[in-house]
Amino acid sequence: MTEKSPHLTIIEEDSVNMVRFSDRKILEELSIREIEDELFALVSATPAIKLLLNFTNVEHLSSAALGMLINLKKEVEGKKGKLKLSNINPQIYEVFKITRLSKHFDIHEQSSDAISSFS
Amino acid sequence: MTPVDPHNVDLPSDDEFKVIEIQSTLTEAKKPESLILKEIEASGYDEDATFAIKLALEEAMTNAVRHGNSGDANKKVRVRYVVNPKHVTICVRDEGEGFCPDDIPDPTTPDRLSLPCGRGIMLIRAYMNEVEYREDGREICMTKINPAHAQD
Repeated sequence: MTEKSPHLTIIEEDSVNMVRFSDRKILEELSIREIEDELFALVSATPAIKLLLNFTNVEHLSSAALGMLINLKKEVEGKKGKLKLSNINPQIYEVFKITRLSKHFDIHEQSSDAISSFS
Repeated sequence: MTPVDPHNVDLPSDDEFKVIEIQSTLTEAKKPESLILKEIEASGYDEDATFAIKLALEEAMTNAVRHGNSGDANKKVRVRYVVNPKHVTICVRDEGEGFCPDDIPDPTTPDRLSLPCGRGIMLIRAYMNEVEYREDGREICMTKINPAHAQD
C-alpha cells in the first residue's frame, strides 16, 4: 500500500512503514513542521510502528531537521515502536557523525537491510 | 576535509565585501543564499565545499532570524560576503541583543544528545575553516577555504 503527500511517500512493506522524502532539501522550518506533523500522525495511527525513513534523493539537511528526527524517535519509542534510517548520502551522514547522532539513530546503508533488521 | 591553517588566509578588506540587507524572515533569508551560491558555482568550488558553505549559511541565517532577531520581521539581517576562487567569507549580522557563543552548551554530551536543538553553531564550526563572532555575538563571520587552493 502506498500513500503520497506533498512531502512524503509512505510504502507499507513486510509490516514496515517506509517513508521516502519528496524534498531534496529538508531545511525550512515550515516544511519540517509539515513533515513532522505527517510523521507524528502516522506514528499515532500505527500501534508499535516499524518506521523506516529512507533518505534516497535527500541532499541537504539542517539542524532543525535533526531536531525533528530526535523528537520523532522519542515519539516512536514512547509508543513502543522502532525507528530506523537508511540510504543516507555520505555528505549527510557526515552531519550525523559530527553531531554524534550517528550513534543515537539506527542507521542502515540500504533500506532492504533496515527492513530485514526489524524482525 | 582538507586540513589547512585558516590564519594563512588573506581575509578581505571591508571594501571588498558585497552587502545585502533583508527583512528578518525565513523566506527573505533565501535571497542572499541564492546570490552567494551562484558566485560559488562560478568560482570553482567542489560539491563538498559548496555543501559546507550552503549548510553553514543556512544555519547562520536561521539563527539570525529566529534567535538573534527573535522572529521579529520588522528587524533586518545584514549579510556581507566575498567570494573568490581561494576562499569565501560570509558575515551575517542581526539586530538582536547578541550572545556569548561560549555559553552555548555542547550538544554532543550524553545528557544533551537527545535534545532537539542547539546544533547549528556546532555544524557551522565543523564545516567552515574559520568562524568569528563580532559585535557581542550579533555578527558571525565565517570563512571557507577552497580545498582546491588549500596548498597555495
